[in-house]
Amino acid sequence: MGIISMKNKNIGYLVKEGIRGIFLHGFMSFAAICVTVACLIIVGSFSLIMQNLNHMVLELEQQNQVLVYIDESYTEAEAKSVGSEINLIPNVSKAEFVSKEQALSNFVEEQEDPTMFAGLASDTLRHRFVVTLQNSEQMEKTVKDLEAIQGVSKVNAHLEIANGFTTIRNVLQLVSTAIIVVLLVVSLFIIANTVKLSLYDRKDEIAIMKMVGATNGFIRVPFVIQGAIIGVVSAAVAFFIEWGLYDALIVKIAQIDTLQLFTFMPFGDVLGVMVAVYAAAGLFVGIFGSLMSIRKFLDV
Amino acid sequence: MIELTDVVKVYPNGTRALDGVSLHIDDGEFVFLVGPSGSGKSTIIKLLTAELRPTSGSVLVNDFELGTIKKSEVPYMRRTIGVVFQDFRLILNKTVYDNVAFAMRVIGASEADIRKRVPYVLDLVGLGLKSRRLPDELSGGEQQRVAIARALVNNPTMIIADEPTGNLDPARSLEIMMLLEQINALGTTLVVVTHERELVNRFTKRVVAINEGKIISDGMDGYYQYEE
Repeated sequence: MGIISMKNKNIGYLVKEGIRGIFLHGFMSFAAICVTVACLIIVGSFSLIMQNLNHMVLELEQQNQVLVYIDESYTEAEAKSVGSEINLIPNVSKAEFVSKEQALSNFVEEQEDPTMFAGLASDTLRHRFVVTLQNSEQMEKTVKDLEAIQGVSKVNAHLEIANGFTTIRNVLQLVSTAIIVVLLVVSLFIIANTVKLSLYDRKDEIAIMKMVGATNGFIRVPFVIQGAIIGVVSAAVAFFIEWGLYDALIVKIAQIDTLQLFTFMPFGDVLGVMVAVYAAAGLFVGIFGSLMSIRKFLDV
Repeated sequence: MIELTDVVKVYPNGTRALDGVSLHIDDGEFVFLVGPSGSGKSTIIKLLTAELRPTSGSVLVNDFELGTIKKSEVPYMRRTIGVVFQDFRLILNKTVYDNVAFAMRVIGASEADIRKRVPYVLDLVGLGLKSRRLPDELSGGEQQRVAIARALVNNPTMIIADEPTGNLDPARSLEIMMLLEQINALGTTLVVVTHERELVNRFTKRVVAINEGKIISDGMDGYYQYEE
């Protein structure tokens, strides 16, 4: 057939062409990187806010403990044995036994004038377990499971507080996800437009490529590389700016007394997640941005 | 080999560009396709290069049935033909060498193959000493030689030239036509679309004349009979 036998050995050539595309419209590529960096910083910020709020809500949830009162007729040893059944419930993270004597002593200590309760007998109270849950969303079901255990006379749980935490977390997740999606779409279009400029500039070249028998895949690769490089460079720049900003912000917050209630996670704790978020976002907007713009140019 | 059988092409606006064209061109032939503007010549070229599909009938090029060819097979069909255009279509910021090498690179040729093949083809078209020049530094005739070298470099079995001398003076036109004749002598099938009667009549080749979407004459006497 007269075709020279050839294989795609030209990865170097394709990468070189991709890089050439970036410098061909240097200013536009620079502008695209700047805007994408801005978008990715906002995406990263919301991701950080989401993780911190999640962390805070989890900490608060841990403090929303369930009190499990044991039947008055149970001796201390019998009451303690109920603990093994409590621990069998999957959502129970920890069950701490508090004897009625200990409960009374704790109660008296908490009063402004402990002498008022000096003569109170410990039999007034019951042995109990202070139970910490793994997931407060399942509190209602766990309470039912606890009530079903033999020897448990009453379970005290703040269901409305648990539901409140769940609602706060869900709303935050929804809002953050919506903002992240919108900003990713904005970045996608910015990169698509930059690649489109290169495509306009090289549309004659593409027509010639098609005419001499280049496959669509071969034509696409340099533009995808161009978009991916813009995306990854933007992601790397945004990541380091975000890191610096976050660390500076934590130091500032630590100096403000009224904000001591909030405990922020150190950046080191979220480093892995943030690297993954930025790498994925950068590659996603870069590759899909290019693919979006190249489609109609291949119809020759 | 080209085999057109009862080919009809109607454009979306209703224009009937080809009306039952049948044509057979054997391997190794040199054929002039002649006719006035709007006669259907360009439509035939676009059908042969798979830029268009026929409305009905069959278009067979180098064993590829272009009426039903899959999109993914089109690049492989195009590698069996070389196309030369009136306006050269060179990449102005690439040297002569790179314009020709480009055609090999985009189909995945290795650099070693490119280094061997490109100088050989440039020598063949008489541009061996101008490989480092940019297209703008060359005359029209030389630019068309670069385009011919690019069409030849992937070793196609057939070259389709669409008005290759349309932008050239008579002397350069004759040189290009003689170069195409030389290439044909080496075994490559040549289909040359033109409306330059005097040039056609200087060569004793097969002439297929087309008008209003129909073949009106097909002769071996090298005479362009159609009167504009």
